[in-house]
Amino acid sequence: MEMPKPDESVIARRAELAAALREIVPDEGVIDSEEELRAFDCDGLMAYKQLPLIVVLPETTEQVSKVLKYCHENSIKIVPRGAGTGLSGGALPLADAITLGLGKFKKILDIDFENRCVVTQPGVTNLGITQAVEHAGFYYAPDPSSQIACSIGGNVAENSGGVHCLKYGLTTNNVLGVEMVLMNGDVVRFGGKHLDAGGYDLLGVITGSEGLLGVITEVTVRILKKPEVARALLIGFPTMLDAGKCVADVIADGIIPGGMELMDKPIIHATEDFVHAGYPLDVEGLMIVELDGPEAEVAYLVERVEKIARACNATTVRVSESDDERARFWSGRKNAFPAVGRISPDYICVDGTIPRKKLAEVLERIAEYSEKHGLRVANVFHAGDGNLHPLVLFDANQPGELEAAEKLCADILTLCVEVGGVLSGEHGIGVEKRDLMGTMFTEDDLKQQQRVKCAFDPEHLLNPGKVYPELHRCAELGKMHIHHGKLPFPDIPRF
Amino acid sequence: MSETLRPDTADQLLDTVKWAVSEKTPMEVVSGGSKCDFGRPMQTTATLDMSGMSGIETYEPEELFVTARAGTPMAELNAALNDKGQQFSFEPPDLGPLLGKKKDKGTIGGIVATNLAGPRRIKEGAARDHVLGFNAVSGRGEVFKSGGTVVKNVTGFDLSKLMAGSFGTLAVMSHVTLKTLPQPEKIRTLLVCWRIDGVYDHGAMKVMSKALGSSHDVSGAAHLPAAAAAASSVDYVNASGGGVTALRLEGPGPSVEHRLQALREEIRDFGRIEELHTVNSKTFWEEVRDVHPFVGRDDLEYVWRLSVPPSDGSRIALFILESLKGEVFYDWGGGQIWLGLKPVVNAGAEVIRAAIQKSGGHATLVKAPADIRGEVPVMQPLSDTETMIAKKIKEGFDPEGVLNPGRMYPGI
Repeated sequence: MEMPKPDESVIARRAELAAALREIVPDEGVIDSEEELRAFDCDGLMAYKQLPLIVVLPETTEQVSKVLKYCHENSIKIVPRGAGTGLSGGALPLADAITLGLGKFKKILDIDFENRCVVTQPGVTNLGITQAVEHAGFYYAPDPSSQIACSIGGNVAENSGGVHCLKYGLTTNNVLGVEMVLMNGDVVRFGGKHLDAGGYDLLGVITGSEGLLGVITEVTVRILKKPEVARALLIGFPTMLDAGKCVADVIADGIIPGGMELMDKPIIHATEDFVHAGYPLDVEGLMIVELDGPEAEVAYLVERVEKIARACNATTVRVSESDDERARFWSGRKNAFPAVGRISPDYICVDGTIPRKKLAEVLERIAEYSEKHGLRVANVFHAGDGNLHPLVLFDANQPGELEAAEKLCADILTLCVEVGGVLSGEHGIGVEKRDLMGTMFTEDDLKQQQRVKCAFDPEHLLNPGKVYPELHRCAELGKMHIHHGKLPFPDIPRF
Repeated sequence: MSETLRPDTADQLLDTVKWAVSEKTPMEVVSGGSKCDFGRPMQTTATLDMSGMSGIETYEPEELFVTARAGTPMAELNAALNDKGQQFSFEPPDLGPLLGKKKDKGTIGGIVATNLAGPRRIKEGAARDHVLGFNAVSGRGEVFKSGGTVVKNVTGFDLSKLMAGSFGTLAVMSHVTLKTLPQPEKIRTLLVCWRIDGVYDHGAMKVMSKALGSSHDVSGAAHLPAAAAAASSVDYVNASGGGVTALRLEGPGPSVEHRLQALREEIRDFGRIEELHTVNSKTFWEEVRDVHPFVGRDDLEYVWRLSVPPSDGSRIALFILESLKGEVFYDWGGGQIWLGLKPVVNAGAEVIRAAIQKSGGHATLVKAPADIRGEVPVMQPLSDTETMIAKKIKEGFDPEGVLNPGRMYPGI
């Protein structure tokens, strides 16, 4: 993976820039000592590290605006950063760029139960929003596995998901508004406590734009009332093929579960060894189906899912009888990553989405790739929405293993696209999947996306080197390639 | 001279747009024509008729998506989904009758282009939340796509969101993929029939807020003041004699029964409670969805749609009706106001937009004679920064302004 070549002349100006930035953000809000910069040298994708030029930690929208305006006028690049938990390297620093951290934006500004929404600063954690409203029985639905640590601003930038997306949607379906600062320092608001946009849906475009369009300084999200009850079924299958069929049959029966997770044998064993969740060890696939709603609904649906599971050759079906038991069912799945961390020195978590019906085929191919590259793969899967997370196990201390792991990941993601899926379900493209964008999009597709970038940040100062393998200059993207003289297109029906 | 081009294939569609670009010929994009009077009137010299680009390409109920050509009639799609016990959960409205056209003329392309949604918007989102991907020809005469057929997708900028609600000003979609979801097994509606005559809209906001803030999973919350209620074809509603607040519950049978009883108990103090079963529920919510109370009302010359914070709904509507003559009803728990106005200068735009300034939101002039739509900003006016971004986006997609130029905003 290559990053854009740093501009040495900018690096040479570090002291001057830091002094200028201290005029805007006082004291410890500007960091330029190597020791302190070290804390910001990567995000959740720890295979890649880079010291930022300077880190700025503003506390107000006005400061963000001034920093961006200054950087715009001086052609200094900016890498926005939330909590730094992203898994695709979206917040990976650049040697000649300022990392703009939103970690000090930690206030919840308004809790509005009447309109069922919360207005918050972007540095508040995902779970922090739920914690602020749960006394009244509300919660914020999207729940990425990093929800204790990840920030809501980062969630918007990455359009984060979680295990409950199938029923409750991704971040983009749960965000009502943002305040954002453009690269030129302009502060703009999209959306609010009302629904939908009056003009172009720029809120929809911002969500999942991975810090390439602006810096989010405030977020309005919708909150939901907690369902009366939630129960989980733990279902074991003799083959992954049976498990895949069960997923399809549940959906075909008109049931949209709150969560539907699938684990393969290596994950089942690794997690059982780690947390002792009581998982059956004699199965090839283990599924957790969570149903939530009023007691009457949940009881009714549990029965239906159980029947479908048995018809799909399930060998064990257990239904949680208490919240403790439900938590125990989930404990293995929720600890899948650390559990894998115990059986392998390093791992990469792949994130692709496939059509549900392709599950068995994809798992078979992943097993082949695993053998080809000589590395183990363990699979967890948000089965309900087709979001696959193969964990590629390797040892970075063994020469060549990181490279082999990267190749294996690329093979898996290419396969996802090949079977009709996409490169990223919820982690984003960042730097991790940047160079694979061409497997899913044509040059014209990518250029059209970049023309949106040109409307927000024509100089490409925001988060360069991320998402797009090659950023075309906006002047070049604006050129038209149609010339006179191809008329009259005689085969178009005219009236 | 105005001519109509009606491509039948994606290649012909591409040729048509290329021709328009090379000739610098602005085109009006139409399909079923149900909403051709929605938006600003345009100075176009050609018409791009998408009705030839019709038909379902792939429908996979177990994968929960359908891919159709953009000119496919909604009636055809709804029938296909119904066959498999599925639906578009955002309840795409049919605004044809409101705008003086026949029923069932709308197409999927038009629904996406206008980002419409019915009562279930509060729970399931709008068209924007259900478009999974599309193929299109930009106003540059280039084919491009975005998204896919899967729900979970963060692969590059989400251009589907941008296409939804862009009124055909950026690109012409050839194919669009939408999420499909199971139909609910059972539908029930609780009606709060207000005891006293007069305006009870503030109370209605409270009932709806309470219901939507409950764990009963309400999938529709509308309030029809007396005049709008009287226009309903559902007996319980038109005979109520006053205003009616309606709350919908959907889902598996036992669940709906349980929630119905619980919700009934929680709102019993507000007024007399009635209950609608499946058939009446369906009729009632279709009426709300399609703005039925204002259909055929020639005295209401202008129809506005306001999207506001739900709890501000009645305050804003009643403030407007203090100075303008007309009628109102509410959907989305008060967050969507349908406002029908008698003849008034500039369609009442200044009063309406001033009324929502403080709370935030937007007001769209949905129905008005063409001359008024030419003079009054039909879409919510943008800030300078928003205008700058919108213009640059338009430039990036349609630099020559050949696709629906000026349909949303002058110069866009």
